[in-house]
Amino acid sequence: MNVLAIIGRAVLAMLAAVGRVTLFAADTVSHLGRPPYYPREFAQALVQIGYFSLPVVGLTTIFTGGALALQIYAGGARFSAEAVVPQIVAIGMVRELGPVLVGLMIAARVTSSIAAEIATMKVTEQIDALITLSTNPAKYLTLPRVLAATVVMPFLVGVGDIIGIMGGYLVGVERLGFNAGTYLRNTIDFLEPLDVVSSLTKAAVFGFLAALMGCYFGMRSGRGAQGVGRATKGAVVAASVLILAANFVLTELFFSA
Amino acid sequence: MIDLVDVHKAFGANRVLTGVNLTLRKGRSMVIIGGSGTGKSVLLKCVLGLVQPDKGAISVDGTDVTNLRQGTPERDAFLARFGMLFQGSALFDSLPVWQNVAFRLLRGSLKKPRAEAREIAAEKLRRVGLSPDVADLFPAELSGGMQKRVGLARAIATEPEIIFFDEPTTGLDPIMAGVINDLIRGITSEMGSTAMTITHDMSSVRAIADEVAMLHDGMIQWTGPAGEMDNSGDPCVAQFISGRAEGPIETVR
Repeated sequence: MNVLAIIGRAVLAMLAAVGRVTLFAADTVSHLGRPPYYPREFAQALVQIGYFSLPVVGLTTIFTGGALALQIYAGGARFSAEAVVPQIVAIGMVRELGPVLVGLMIAARVTSSIAAEIATMKVTEQIDALITLSTNPAKYLTLPRVLAATVVMPFLVGVGDIIGIMGGYLVGVERLGFNAGTYLRNTIDFLEPLDVVSSLTKAAVFGFLAALMGCYFGMRSGRGAQGVGRATKGAVVAASVLILAANFVLTELFFSA
Repeated sequence: MIDLVDVHKAFGANRVLTGVNLTLRKGRSMVIIGGSGTGKSVLLKCVLGLVQPDKGAISVDGTDVTNLRQGTPERDAFLARFGMLFQGSALFDSLPVWQNVAFRLLRGSLKKPRAEAREIAAEKLRRVGLSPDVADLFPAELSGGMQKRVGLARAIATEPEIIFFDEPTTGLDPIMAGVINDLIRGITSEMGSTAMTITHDMSSVRAIADEVAMLHDGMIQWTGPAGEMDNSGDPCVAQFISGRAEGPIETVR
């Protein structure tokens, strides 16, 4: 009996959490159509989430693209298929690794900082202060961050895709002896519009999830330093898992024939 | 006038307020005293709608404000009449001091041109005894006493009719506490504001109270003019004022 009760309680708690997150997301999105808006906060979030993430995105994808080229070359050599390196690097980076790795880096860099900032504001009564100053935290804190992440992530992933392919190109041309022109031609010819569209769509969804989790956990933070720590940890874990789960669902939607 | 009738609030099994009845007349300064953890902050937050009471009614000037929904124009109009000084000042640490003070003047229904908002912020900072050079500093660069002053300047920036002070002197040295008490007294009487202060600092009570109410066991134990506090005849009040460990108030909390 006890075991059943434990399982039941866990399932109920999980369903309640899903419900709370859904309501939080719906409330956030609903503020899109209801002024006042805070353009200054939105612009700041764009710079914080977009511009300042560029170095991390570039570093993550260039190394991944390079490693991918080495692996495909070594793997392909087992059945004399070394020549497919440009095509597989392109498809692997654009369809999967670009959006997922950039998404996870954003979860690490942006979700954590949003969650810690908002949780600290909550703990130090700054959220209460906002309300008493006739400012809705959902409009002032949540919406600008979530919207900025959703808008800017496709740009980041686009840049990441390109730099990842460049990583593969550098390794292919410098280490594996591919002809530079042929490598680029194969890459461009092989990629289809759907590959790019799926990549950027995934990016927008991941950006939305990453910022939403940061805000959600921040707003629900418990008291004190421990509360802030828990909120940050919960936000990063939830954002990462949701990004990976959403990636599976989106891949299924885009590519299951 | 603020009227609380039979206000209840519990957090889980912890029953914090168990039927608070309290009336605060316009233009008066009421101080609510009581030990730590007796629900003084919760009481203030109930009036402001930051915490929803489980039961009871709260009205301001005869209008019931217990169930105002966030985001409605009525609630905005209600909040626009209030200023609040938070216990930890609750300054926005991403904004420089002057933007904290002028927060309400930079957005929303009370929005003013930036230069004018800055002018008002500088004037309010002067009123609380801060020089204009602090205007461009960030809250983290200020001492606790200066942060309290900035919080006070923010609370009075739009000259609200009603101001709440949540433990205004906690964590300050006695001299700075005296300065803050004088500022509160001076500002509320020159603006004619209604003030509600919660504190457990007796020097604060004596400096700023017209009326005193004691919160104990989730209810108002005693209320009366500040002058009668010392001869209240109430054992809880007497114990609180003298700070004795023995008495009707349990010291293990």
